[in-house]
Amino acid sequence: MSSPVESQTTREIDRSHGIECLKQMLRIRRLEERCAELYTETKIRGFLHLYNGEEAVAVGVVQALGPDDAIVATYREHGHALVRGISTRAVMAELYGKQEGCSRGRGGSMHLFDAKTRFYGGNAIVGGGLPIAVGLALADKMRAQQRISSCFFGDGAVAEGEFHECLNLAALWRLPVLYVCENNLYAMGTRLDLAQSTTDVAKKAAAYGIAAEAVDGMDVLAVEVAAQRAVAHIRAGEGPFFLECKTYRFRAHSMYDPELYRSKAEVEEWKQRDPISNLVSLLRQQGAIGDSDLEHIERNVAKELDDAVAFAEAGTWEPPADLERFVYSERRQT
Amino acid sequence: MSTAPSQATYRDAIREAIREAMHKDDRVFLMGEDVGRYGGCFAVSKGLLEEFGPERIRDTPMSESAFVGAGIGAALGGMRPIVEIMTVNFSLLALDQIMNNAATFLHMSGGQFNVPLVIRMATGGGRQVAAQHSHSLEGWFAHIPGIRVLVPGTLEDARGMLATALEDPDPVLIFEHAGLYNMKGQLPADAGPMDIERARVRRTGRDVTIISYGAMLWRCLDAAEILAKNGIEAEVVDLRTLRPLDEATFLESLGRTHRALVVDEGWRSGGISAEICARIQEKAFYDLDAPVQRICGVEVPTPYPKHLEDASFPQVATIVAAVDAMVPAHG
Repeated sequence: MSSPVESQTTREIDRSHGIECLKQMLRIRRLEERCAELYTETKIRGFLHLYNGEEAVAVGVVQALGPDDAIVATYREHGHALVRGISTRAVMAELYGKQEGCSRGRGGSMHLFDAKTRFYGGNAIVGGGLPIAVGLALADKMRAQQRISSCFFGDGAVAEGEFHECLNLAALWRLPVLYVCENNLYAMGTRLDLAQSTTDVAKKAAAYGIAAEAVDGMDVLAVEVAAQRAVAHIRAGEGPFFLECKTYRFRAHSMYDPELYRSKAEVEEWKQRDPISNLVSLLRQQGAIGDSDLEHIERNVAKELDDAVAFAEAGTWEPPADLERFVYSERRQT
Repeated sequence: MSTAPSQATYRDAIREAIREAMHKDDRVFLMGEDVGRYGGCFAVSKGLLEEFGPERIRDTPMSESAFVGAGIGAALGGMRPIVEIMTVNFSLLALDQIMNNAATFLHMSGGQFNVPLVIRMATGGGRQVAAQHSHSLEGWFAHIPGIRVLVPGTLEDARGMLATALEDPDPVLIFEHAGLYNMKGQLPADAGPMDIERARVRRTGRDVTIISYGAMLWRCLDAAEILAKNGIEAEVVDLRTLRPLDEATFLESLGRTHRALVVDEGWRSGGISAEICARIQEKAFYDLDAPVQRICGVEVPTPYPKHLEDASFPQVATIVAAVDAMVPAHG
């Protein structure tokens, strides 16, 4: 298990599960598209990092987790939040900065939090979430709780010292951490091979004695199967697991990015591997889905987003008198 | 559980506080570099590994960012970690975790995720360990909303503040001056949780208020002794906590003395001493009979040779001289 291997996708898929994966990816894609529009309309402000192209990673991995497991994500985390079950309304209200948002509007796009689903935030410091996942897993181990702490990060985080510190610590203490590297080949605008002497990311994990696997991150079923293997490994008490998902970001890094660092041809090439169209083709080939099914899914997703936008629009601003709340806890605890 | 010795050191006081907390609450554990087999860089945790085992007295690799962040995660996960950063100098390697995670999680999550974490670290200079091992950065940390900053200067505070810090739902940083670990004194056997929000008047006097904390507190008290022989009665305020800063105590004091001197080992520019002066100016300007004065660390990287190091930190003689210059002729 300790050497990185390309995983093989099982191509015989269960129809309803395939459709569920498709639905989840479409929810994310359409949310992100709606976000871009709302940003242009100045309804959403600040930094906005969209997940288009990478949907298979969040959907594949989060579906493999149990309800008690924890998620620590990055500033590109709308998709993870949706799949995890944070309501589209609460996510959209958060993007608007309304107090009905999942973080009362105080976090915004980069800081979605939800205690009910153990969603420990979008962390907007590259690599900053890795130690949090180590600590959550340490607490579980010390309290003999059979839970997994999953941690998403990009290839940029691999260059941070914290990445190496945390991989070592989780391996040393055999902690139940699932590391998920969303390798989209660019740390903001710097290509992986311009930042790393060794571009095989999974190998770095293997160097710490962590079971590691690289998987096609554009293939939701492959990601899910690999994530299930990872989860089984961790639940068996075998220590942490490192899953590298090779993926690609279709849109700019953020809304400020003029994308000078990559060619349109490269982006187009990757779009041929769009995880959503690929799954649609596969489901069509197997006769599992037709035009009317697709239209039905799209209609439902659009309805869900319309509802979320209406909810966010109707949401309320937290009064400035409350500004200094939540700097310190309002009640003592035991 | 043994009772605390009546004659103890500052180091013993902290060790007793940790022991007591660990006996009382099995969610409490200590984690940091060399806290276990080595017994702690300053021998604070000596013997605790034998008593509590390696799960709860947890040696870490030299990975400050990872183990401080892991402390945050463990706190979020239901534990009550005490993270020891060997010295404040190395806390810079974990600054991101302290500032961007520990201090922000509650706020960013709209009140959902508080971080009940205690971080202890040694601070301060005066041991001829030069420019990279002599920092006093507690004033810096006091700049950050979302954390508490404690600076115990006495055995009693070293013993009692930790218990209160562990009961706090939010991150608490405790700065233990390295020069105080060997300080001896009496320790009440029943020392327990105590107030961590109020400054204390350690010596009363009518002529001038000297505001300080930590190791400098003792220099101020020594200076006050000398001044008293010359007929000047200095009141000495021990801040105890730099965030939240208890301004009421020193404002009340200088309302009586009408003069204030701030003594801080940290650098002058933008330091906690500047904050104290600003608060006095804002809230007590018309109470003052003289400009507020400061004695701070001289703004150089701390030099190695003793004579230069001494010259870079506030000394009893400089405190006495400053007060003499502030208080009109007496006799």
